[in-house]
Amino acid sequence: MRRTDSNNSSDSRPIGRIHSLDTFGTVDGPGIRFVLFMQGCPLRCAYCHNPDTWNCGGGRPMTVDEVLAEIEPYVDYYRRSGGGVTVTGGEPTLQAPFVAALFEEVRRRFGIPTALDTSGFCEFKHVEPLLSVTDLVLLDIKHINNEQHRALTTQSNVRVLAMAEQLSRIGKPVWLRHVLVPGVTDQSEHLTELGRFIGGLTNVAKLELLPYHRMGVYKWNSLGIPYPLEGVQPPSDREVARARELIELGIEQSRCSVTMNSKGSLTS
Amino acid sequence: MAVVEKHLPGGKTPDDAWRGFAPGSWMTEINVRDFILRNAATYTGDDSFLESPTEATTQLWSIVQDLTRKERIRGGVLDVDTHTPSTITSHAPGYLDKCLEQIVGLQTDAPFRRSVQPFGGIKMVQDACEAYGFTIPEEIVRLFTSIRKTHNQGVFDAYTTEMRTARKAGIITGLPDAYGRGRIIGDYRRVALYGVDQLIAQKKRELKERESSALTEDMIRSREELSEQIRALGELKVMAAAYGYDISEPARTAREAVQWLYFAYLGAIKEQNGAAMSIGRISTFLDVYFERDLREGRLTEKQAQELMDHLVMKLRIVKFLRTPDYNELFSGDPTWVTESIGGMTEDGRALVTKNSFRILHTLYTLGTAPEPNLTVLWSDRLPDGFKRYCAKVSIETSSIQYENDDLMRPHYGDDYGIACCVSAMRIGKQMQFFGARANLAKTLLYAINGGIDEKLGIQVAPAADPIKGDVLDYDEVLQKFDATMEWLAGLYMNTLNVIHYMHDKYCYERLEFALHDAEIVRTMACGIAGLSVAADSLSAIRYAKVKPIRNEQGIAVDFEIEGEYPQYGNNDDRVDSIAVQLVHTFMNKLRKHQAYRNAIPTLSVLTITSNVVYGKKTGSTPDGRQAGEPFAPGANPMHGRDRKGALASLASVAKLPYDDALDGISNTFSIVGKALGREADQRGANLTALLDGYMTQGAHHLNVNVFDREHLLDAMEHPENYPQLTIRVSGYAVNFIKLTREQQLEVLNRTFHGAM
Repeated sequence: MRRTDSNNSSDSRPIGRIHSLDTFGTVDGPGIRFVLFMQGCPLRCAYCHNPDTWNCGGGRPMTVDEVLAEIEPYVDYYRRSGGGVTVTGGEPTLQAPFVAALFEEVRRRFGIPTALDTSGFCEFKHVEPLLSVTDLVLLDIKHINNEQHRALTTQSNVRVLAMAEQLSRIGKPVWLRHVLVPGVTDQSEHLTELGRFIGGLTNVAKLELLPYHRMGVYKWNSLGIPYPLEGVQPPSDREVARARELIELGIEQSRCSVTMNSKGSLTS
Repeated sequence: MAVVEKHLPGGKTPDDAWRGFAPGSWMTEINVRDFILRNAATYTGDDSFLESPTEATTQLWSIVQDLTRKERIRGGVLDVDTHTPSTITSHAPGYLDKCLEQIVGLQTDAPFRRSVQPFGGIKMVQDACEAYGFTIPEEIVRLFTSIRKTHNQGVFDAYTTEMRTARKAGIITGLPDAYGRGRIIGDYRRVALYGVDQLIAQKKRELKERESSALTEDMIRSREELSEQIRALGELKVMAAAYGYDISEPARTAREAVQWLYFAYLGAIKEQNGAAMSIGRISTFLDVYFERDLREGRLTEKQAQELMDHLVMKLRIVKFLRTPDYNELFSGDPTWVTESIGGMTEDGRALVTKNSFRILHTLYTLGTAPEPNLTVLWSDRLPDGFKRYCAKVSIETSSIQYENDDLMRPHYGDDYGIACCVSAMRIGKQMQFFGARANLAKTLLYAINGGIDEKLGIQVAPAADPIKGDVLDYDEVLQKFDATMEWLAGLYMNTLNVIHYMHDKYCYERLEFALHDAEIVRTMACGIAGLSVAADSLSAIRYAKVKPIRNEQGIAVDFEIEGEYPQYGNNDDRVDSIAVQLVHTFMNKLRKHQAYRNAIPTLSVLTITSNVVYGKKTGSTPDGRQAGEPFAPGANPMHGRDRKGALASLASVAKLPYDDALDGISNTFSIVGKALGREADQRGANLTALLDGYMTQGAHHLNVNVFDREHLLDAMEHPENYPQLTIRVSGYAVNFIKLTREQQLEVLNRTFHGAM
């Protein structure tokens, strides 16, 4: 693969710490996507299904070119399906300069769209250059209530909500995600409040309500960390439908001052 | 109606039967392809025209379901007519429910009553009867041992000592030396288009043409075969007449076309219990008749679907009597009634018709099922509506396989069909000598162990120096492996020559060949198993440190691997190139040998379900696979070793060279439904893009399974709740609950893309 070190600054070859990759991702953005899992996360979510990505010191160091070489053979699939590249983690904004360099090259060389899957737990200023080469942000608001956010993730949601508002301000398309955990993130008042918050944003193209699942539990066991949600079951379809209604109710309540993003309805 | 100036000899001018069809050379010669190209109407719409099943269909299907349940309870075989060796005319007519059936004809006088077909071998019949609690009468046994010789007897008369040993050790397995070879596709459409009399007239002419030249052995055989073919066509008329139909003349309506075609197929399966009895490429052919009847107002869409439903119902209940041993190799009672759907013409038109949709729609009108083996000939130029429908059906039923039309068309033209799983052949113009497969993983162990079988401890390959070092040296192993493959290729080809010589002699497919041209292309279709095991083993020897652990006899029975090595299935050229080279090398070795009847040697990378048995018969291998563990099916990477996601895994398989594996390269893809996308529309679109992308890479074949592991686990525990649960295995589909437990576990252990 051709190197691109000629026209860049001293930061032309940032190194990323990579947890793993998947050539066939279909649930993190539209179409078929190359999904890159970055190593390291500032949150410790109780339901995390990738706890092996937490440690910032782990992972395999890779250059942008090395990652591009992993993407290149499959670009045809991503183009045909209206897909692209999604970087997730861990928390990708911890390595924002690397991801920005990667996205820039993905767009330049392959001409396919980029998506950033983030918890929003970062400073807007820090990620502005990254956002300038990001086509879509998958923003996962873990909890609308600050205390409960802290209880669930060990961190406050102040930066998260600020990030959501900044993204709305600059008109960056967002798919807003919320993981529904029975007894943890499904209280009526909070879901409605989340809806009201979303209703105040102008850039949300899609709302994805993700039912909690237990497929990552084995990783906690193999890492020897006690699983905090032992005994919690995934929500039923009915519970998911109810949660969606409550969020939509909140959106309705704040709708008068909101213009929807043209890309789609929130209820899709 | 075109004026037919000249018509085929023997018949009356079939003005009425051919009314409204576009004229062409098909009228003056046997040429079904020309008929299709001139008459098939490409359909570019969606599935909204499809109709639900009629009351009669639903009633008939419930009869079949009831019999299926009884058969399962009875242990796999409901009934056997042990007294009547099957021929085209052997049995009186049988019905599911005579008043309801639009399309009639059964193999015996009752549904689910299996016949005995001893011409391939009486022992298989005896063993099968015994296994299922039936006794074959002494006089029949005597007839097929002392009076009438069978294919099986002939083969064992000629087998050499080495062939017997190789067979026993399992270095070559699945040889069709005890039963019908199959994988021959009669052009059953000819009976519908021309009627039997015109076909007989044509065969008589061909016989006459073989009077002038010197009567060499070839010529004598050819004359005898043509005479047998003519006799078989006559018997076919008698069989149809017993059901009240005169099929001397061409079919005049859609219903007759379906019926005539089915009678031809029925005659073939009454005569032969071939390992795979594919039906060819019939749906688009039949569409021409459906379209005409719809135009003429003599058929409604509902009735059109009913005809296809009733035909497919018959194809689903094709039954052969086979032994439990056979079932271990080819599990789930398969018959490989493979139907090839879609594809493109050489001049770029899609051969997708409404009837392409109707045959897929039977998976809804009748529920899912493994047979017929529905095979879509994929091209990225197929109409979008059809692609979308295929993806939807795949996701909902896991009952379709896809083969790359753009890859095959340059080799086989635009009227080829798939025999069995992945073997393309021009219909009516080409056949193959089915050749099972050789075990490349075991071959590698022979190279390491000086030709001694690691399981049996006996010399199988010619004695050579075993490898003695503490660490396996790549160059040394490769050199010995090459020599062992050289030996194997020669032995393999000779063995197949014996088998097919005897099959032609004692178990000739009279009717199927009557539905071929007189001059046909033959291929000798060899195969390999254990490709990913052999490739990964060589990669381990090259890139890691592999130490053999030897037993007291000095045979390497296990291997210790130090370090990591690149594994096939991750789009890593270091190991993928080894797999490519293996296919190329073995094919070239086969090419060196003379094949029976000047057949062209070909190769498949296909295991069907025999990857489990092959694994059982093979000791531990240098890739870290333990003795007895199943191989990956077909050309698949080994379970759990593809770690970069589905596209990387597909990319590795797509590298295998089709030119060196013209008999097909099978890849079975299993994915959790949710891993195809969050919404139904998106899942369909993603699957379509995946197929387009994979085929564009030059890949050959993909089985698509969409289901969850939990679902299969539940089916293992409660088979009664899943009578129709269908999954794709290497090259065909099976009822999951009919697999042996070992095979069910093997399916569960495969890579499920998307499962975390």
